[in-house]
Amino acid sequence: MNKMPNWADTILVPLLSLLLAAVISGVVIALIGHNPIYALKLMVSGALGTSTNFSYTLYYATNFIFTGLAVAVAYHARMFNIGGEGQAYIGGLGAALACLYIPWPHWTLALIGGGLAAAIFGAAWAAIPAYLQAKRGSHIVITTIMFNYMSYPVVNYLLNGPIKAEGMEPATPSFAAEIALPNLSAILGTFGIAFSDRGPANFALVIALLACVGVWILIWRTKLGYETRAFGESESAAKYAGINPTKIIMIAMLISGALAGMMAINNVMGEAERLVLNAVEGAGFIGIAVALMGRNHPLGILIAALLFGILYQGGAELSAELRIPREMVTVIQALVILFTGALDNMVRMPIEKLFLSLRRKEAK
Amino acid sequence: MDLLAFFDIAVLDGTVRLATPLLLACLAGLFSERAGIFDIGLEGKMLISAFLAAAVSFTSGSVWIGMFAGIFASVLLSLLHGLASITFRGNQLISGVAINFFASGITVVAAQSWFGQGGRTPSLSGDARFESIQFPGALTRIRDINKADLPMKVYSELLSGHTIIVYMCILIVPLVWWILYRTRFGLRLRAVGENPGAVDTAGISVVRMRYMAVIICGVLCGMAGAYLSTGLQAGFVREMTAGRGYIALAALIFAKWKPWSALGATLLFGYLQALAIRPDILERAIGIRVQTQVLDALPYILTVIVLAGFVGKAIPPKAGGEPYVKER
Repeated sequence: MNKMPNWADTILVPLLSLLLAAVISGVVIALIGHNPIYALKLMVSGALGTSTNFSYTLYYATNFIFTGLAVAVAYHARMFNIGGEGQAYIGGLGAALACLYIPWPHWTLALIGGGLAAAIFGAAWAAIPAYLQAKRGSHIVITTIMFNYMSYPVVNYLLNGPIKAEGMEPATPSFAAEIALPNLSAILGTFGIAFSDRGPANFALVIALLACVGVWILIWRTKLGYETRAFGESESAAKYAGINPTKIIMIAMLISGALAGMMAINNVMGEAERLVLNAVEGAGFIGIAVALMGRNHPLGILIAALLFGILYQGGAELSAELRIPREMVTVIQALVILFTGALDNMVRMPIEKLFLSLRRKEAK
Repeated sequence: MDLLAFFDIAVLDGTVRLATPLLLACLAGLFSERAGIFDIGLEGKMLISAFLAAAVSFTSGSVWIGMFAGIFASVLLSLLHGLASITFRGNQLISGVAINFFASGITVVAAQSWFGQGGRTPSLSGDARFESIQFPGALTRIRDINKADLPMKVYSELLSGHTIIVYMCILIVPLVWWILYRTRFGLRLRAVGENPGAVDTAGISVVRMRYMAVIICGVLCGMAGAYLSTGLQAGFVREMTAGRGYIALAALIFAKWKPWSALGATLLFGYLQALAIRPDILERAIGIRVQTQVLDALPYILTVIVLAGFVGKAIPPKAGGEPYVKER
């Protein structure tokens, strides 16, 4: 028997965890001498105030959907993939190479080709840690972190040498104008909805939503997803049922890396239209918080990604208006991971007790 | 090619300096993991200590007060990790990741609010820093050292001229070994990481032992962080730990959770880091010019190779990562 109703588990507990994270973030903001309520108002208006601002929020949310899904897919196989940052960066490299060196006749083909390249590069960057985990038992957490650190010098080298554009800046040349993805205002415009065309939100949002559906089907409606979840629940039971652990670890991590890599559709192909240094901007790490908050379910991830999009865009406003550094978002992200992940039982146990005592009263 | 250049005194001197924070962090992880608590959060604890040690040293003018402030902050994060992973039986990896992000963010936010210099502390000098200790008769000017003969070079550059924390580290390895293998506390600590049920049956509190372990871990991480900002460098800059916490973890696995091997492993990683900042010496040694980015990636590549188990199988403490549930 469940200790508490389903809605409490999926909605009440994460909401309370979030509230705790928000309160402590407020305390931090108060400690550095600002009014937390004013800061909150500033963040909300900065993120949702105008349709340009909202476009930025959606743009960030798109990044976080990809990286959040990446963490979630691995997590269902009980693999903790902290390497989303590096996988997304290398995925960006794949997208950039495909867009620079293949003359795509139309943006739809570039989207498929570039997206595929991004996915393959991201998956490749996850493949070695996955193999080492599956075959040699090397801890995936540490190896994926090491691969994050390795991705920076790799891209750094390429952007300063072989694929550098003319000029001072370490970046690739801009992609051809014909393969630019349509931005959100153009897409919404075809439905007669007015939306700011000055923001960065673009067609990648559609791909991200499709990815949510895809992951849901994969995890809950396919044999592979079933095997993955079985493996995640109990490795020994899964082995006994004839599920091959190496196969599950490899496939889950490759899909995870591919999803992280596909973030490049948004930030590299959709927005910058070239590859720059530090293109991922920590989105890979935010994916961890998004997946935890979203309970590793695509719908939850969608909501959590939107929330972090608001936080991220609102955080930009904070740094512009109040000169609170962008790293404040990292603090909030850490608190969300702490309360929804590590201290989950702290929030959960009192609520479970509450529901049990309520139920006992009913029984009397 | 000049293979002797690999043993350049300046590189070996750098090895000692750079291995020190790795060793302290590695031993910190050793205490925690031997007691059955995985700790990904070494990085974050070092970082917060590096910041607070530099900030308080600058404000108070005393590096010792600064170091204690750093250790205090690091222990606080340790206790948070303990709360999540011991008391509330949460996921130890997730807790560690949260601690790392928290430290990464809060140090910059606090540094900006405190000093307003874009997330760094002002440069430290004088008593606000650990001064290097010169041995009697040691040469101090680089020009003199370059002219001296080998024994004098070794004495002046490699042995002399380090900060007190480096010299303390020489004592700390035998001390940790003695605590771990020759005291009752050490026996219980190891037992709690292998078979907490047995320790519990013997009437010893598993929770208390594990909290002791994470507190020791916090103290050592605090020392490592304080050394980074007040000994190795003169002030805090954002993300100054640069993955050292993770490299220390890799060294711990490489060392198979043993103190003397930890010394060897951290010296190896320290050597690689020292070589990475001297591309000229590497070029002299192997005769080929190496891209700086290769050197940047080298410690991490080596860590993966080590983790891949090409150096023999590493068996972690049996109860590592598992929360202990008493009423079973």
